[in-house]
Amino acid sequence: MYQFNFQPVFGNLDLLLYGAWLTVRLSLMAMVLGLIVSVLGAVAKTSGIRPLRWLTDVYVEVIRNTPFLVQIFFIFFGLPAAGISMSPNTAALVALVVNVGAYGTEIIRTGIESIPRGQIEAGRALGLSPVQIFRHVVMIPALRNIYPSLTSQFIYLMLTSSVVSIISANDLASAGADLNARTFASFEIYLVLTILYFLLALGFSTMFGAIRRVFFTYPASR
Amino acid sequence: MIREFSSADLMFIVSAVRWTLILSAIAFLGGALGGLAVALARTAQGRLRRRIAAGFIQVFQGTPLLMQLFLVYFGLAVVGLPIDPLLAAAVALTLHASAYLGEIWRGAIEAVPPGQTEAATALSLSYKDRMRHVVLPQAMRLATAPTVGFLVQLIKGTSLASIIGFTELTRAGQIINNATFKPFLVFGTVAALYFVLCWPLSLLARRMEARMRLAVTR
Repeated sequence: MYQFNFQPVFGNLDLLLYGAWLTVRLSLMAMVLGLIVSVLGAVAKTSGIRPLRWLTDVYVEVIRNTPFLVQIFFIFFGLPAAGISMSPNTAALVALVVNVGAYGTEIIRTGIESIPRGQIEAGRALGLSPVQIFRHVVMIPALRNIYPSLTSQFIYLMLTSSVVSIISANDLASAGADLNARTFASFEIYLVLTILYFLLALGFSTMFGAIRRVFFTYPASR
Repeated sequence: MIREFSSADLMFIVSAVRWTLILSAIAFLGGALGGLAVALARTAQGRLRRRIAAGFIQVFQGTPLLMQLFLVYFGLAVVGLPIDPLLAAAVALTLHASAYLGEIWRGAIEAVPPGQTEAATALSLSYKDRMRHVVLPQAMRLATAPTVGFLVQLIKGTSLASIIGFTELTRAGQIINNATFKPFLVFGTVAALYFVLCWPLSLLARRMEARMRLAVTR
């Protein structure tokens, strides 16, 4: 009969909680930078400039059809051969941003395309500048339309970020791996890690719900 | 000793594709059975069954696949089974696929107009006949595009089996990289092979979705 031993886990809970904080920080940074990449990608994709569109298409399709693990291996082990080397933590952030940027580009593109042309024409008729039109007529309503899919992609990003522990970047999963190497209470450690990730996912989903209520509900006065 | 990257190394990587495919097939077939059970439980009359299915989906969609793999891998020892990477990967990916397919198919079942079920009930069809001949065939049409889309996610997910030591495509790449130290070439090749597997499926899913949208708006 298997003897459960949770002592190593609860005795080192502070390490795991610190790891959880690192995962939150890494995910938040990847979300913000990934959102910027996604908006740029979506603009490039909906722009009339052909080469720009092709380039974005290649980026989106390559990233969406290869595993994140292979992407991070390529960035961390492969790129130094091309003269670009990064620390594990930087490589992890770059890989996450590149990854979520491809999915986000597709999501935001559908949002932009969901804005009827007539609204943009109406904006122009009202004498709004192109920047004002882009911001108030296209981007904010587009973000409101795709908010649910974008935020669930962000939560998926947070869960995927556990893979960065494989190149020993610092996060919750690698805090668990360190503890496992010292104590060998594998099942107990990974059980608690899984619960912590679940709680993080719940936390992010609550946070996104709150942001939605504040910024993305009608009337669109803000 | 680091040796040169040869055609034999390339063949080793390419032939590892079959393990990625086998693992994907096992997980997809297991996940299809599990997913059907989850979707039926999620849309059932009984509240308890609905709750359990909803909890199952929430747990597996709310935790990393990597943790699920580790948990099953080390969990095998807890229930007294030998630790085997293939078994662990197959079980974890099956559970993972069951949750995702269950949620996709629940949506498809609920999208079938309730009048269909009511008409079938009025014709005094049993639950089994109602599902088999009325609801599921219609739900299946709606579900194919997102199911193919999930298959892409599943194939990519099998790469994580390399971490618990199962030699599929990604791990074959790691082994060759350790011997030849040509990471750019090796992981580039591995990525290209995944792309060859996944891209056609992505295109297929997108085409099915576009056709479905036309059918719905018509």
